Amino acid sequence: MEYTREELLICAIARMLDGCKNIAVGTASPIPGSAALLVQALTGGASRASILGSDIHNPFNDGGPELFDRAGQGRVDAFFLGGGQIDGEANINLVSTGPYPEPDTRFPGSFGSAYLYFSVPRVILFREEHSRRVFVDKVDFISAPGWSPPGVHRPGGPYALITSLCIFRYDRERHRFRLDGLLPGATLEEVRDNTGFDFDCPDNIGPVAAPEPDRLALIHSRIAEEISETYPEFARTRLGWQG
Amino acid sequence: MDIPESYISADEIASRIPDGALIGVPKEDGGVAMEVTRALVRRNARNLRLLTVPVSSMQADMLIGAGCLSEIETSGVSMGEFGYAPSFRRAVQDGTIVIRDATCPALYAELQASEKGSPFQPLRGIIGSDVLANRADWKVIDNPFAEGGSDPIVLLPAVRPDVALFHARYGDRYGNVWVGPKRECVLLAHASASTFVTVEEIWDGNLMEDERMLAGTIPPVYVDAVAHAERGAWPLSLANCYERDGKHLQSYVKAAKTPEGFTDYLKQHVYGEQAAA
Repeated sequence: MEYTREELLICAIARMLDGCKNIAVGTASPIPGSAALLVQALTGGASRASILGSDIHNPFNDGGPELFDRAGQGRVDAFFLGGGQIDGEANINLVSTGPYPEPDTRFPGSFGSAYLYFSVPRVILFREEHSRRVFVDKVDFISAPGWSPPGVHRPGGPYALITSLCIFRYDRERHRFRLDGLLPGATLEEVRDNTGFDFDCPDNIGPVAAPEPDRLALIHSRIAEEISETYPEFARTRLGWQG
Repeated sequence: MDIPESYISADEIASRIPDGALIGVPKEDGGVAMEVTRALVRRNARNLRLLTVPVSSMQADMLIGAGCLSEIETSGVSMGEFGYAPSFRRAVQDGTIVIRDATCPALYAELQASEKGSPFQPLRGIIGSDVLANRADWKVIDNPFAEGGSDPIVLLPAVRPDVALFHARYGDRYGNVWVGPKRECVLLAHASASTFVTVEEIWDGNLMEDERMLAGTIPPVYVDAVAHAERGAWPLSLANCYERDGKHLQSYVKAAKTPEGFTDYLKQHVYGEQAAA
């Protein structure tokens, strides 16, 4: 069976979204968006995907605050975040490197991370560039902490980290990542060489499970069509959408 | 439809926004008053403080590049798929602008407090972040309603912009403006000391008398002046009306990477005759 890296990741993320009723996807996220739409299709709509930037797949009408209000009530089960820097405790930095407030490199800003990381139970970190520049021992600025001390109200937090080389799962008790699977062509040595933080690793680390054939077929048909509304270029070049 | 007599021009709106004012503006898809933004650059506005609700793109970047802002409170400034916001990045890295980093729902909460006339609004999350650590004006208290044990929660102060500024789809001759589902514009108008709006089209009739339009309408009690500005959000989008001008945004990002390129851009598209192209 042939499949692309994008299709593999869409299927891997879809497995992580199992049981999530409300899945929200933020800006510039075609792969997470496709995974959310795949889960929506597989569950016959019992799981609902809301894709930021989509007119069709965003069934809300109360403006910018609504996503955060829903998350605060526990009505968002899964969300995706990235980071200019991410460290081994899953602290994320979307603000800047070097000293603050006059930094070496300024990123856009924290967006909703300092809130959604606390309120959404399954936050999946998605950052394709797997390098020591991104995956650092300690972030220069904490946009949102990976964990909170007892006593801080926190139903949400990190669940997994997906990169161009591998997938990590996050252990909320120990505040550490554990390697869960390698992407095609990647090796454990390569992951270690390009990761600036320490992580746990099982003895026999294997590849990320291949896409399920029926799901792959669904991606090529319905999901490619649905995601093309928001990400036409991605649908065309990565999923073979013919529209 | 004729332009209502009460309407003023985009440049007149810019002239009624004084130097030093705190201006609240919506995010890119919320209806950004780009025509007034260009007019603010043309009138050489200075020391404006921008509150982005909750993020911004070209509007913030252009005002920063043109030297109109002394301060910005934001959850993020980015050109999205076209890359980083060049003037914003340069100004923050060089320390030529005061940055007050925030997170999206905190900015809504600051305005909601102002809307209610309350001194503050509580919000979950944020604790343990460097966003909070760098905001002396954000406080943490113990939830007074918690049963047993401590329960820290963040309080955000009410923020009352001097001016709310946005672009809406419709305005009528009675001074109403229609923003539809863009509730952040309603929040901004309710929370601010004054509100200036540009509108894309003139609505034939009274928006307050049409029950299908009523819920998305802001009545004149909140609106100080309206201007007609066709394609007033250009090169950004206006929902269900026009898409953003991707080619133009791309050329802006490229030009703004150097101060010289940015100046050339202003000459051509803000001061020049092609400003409303």
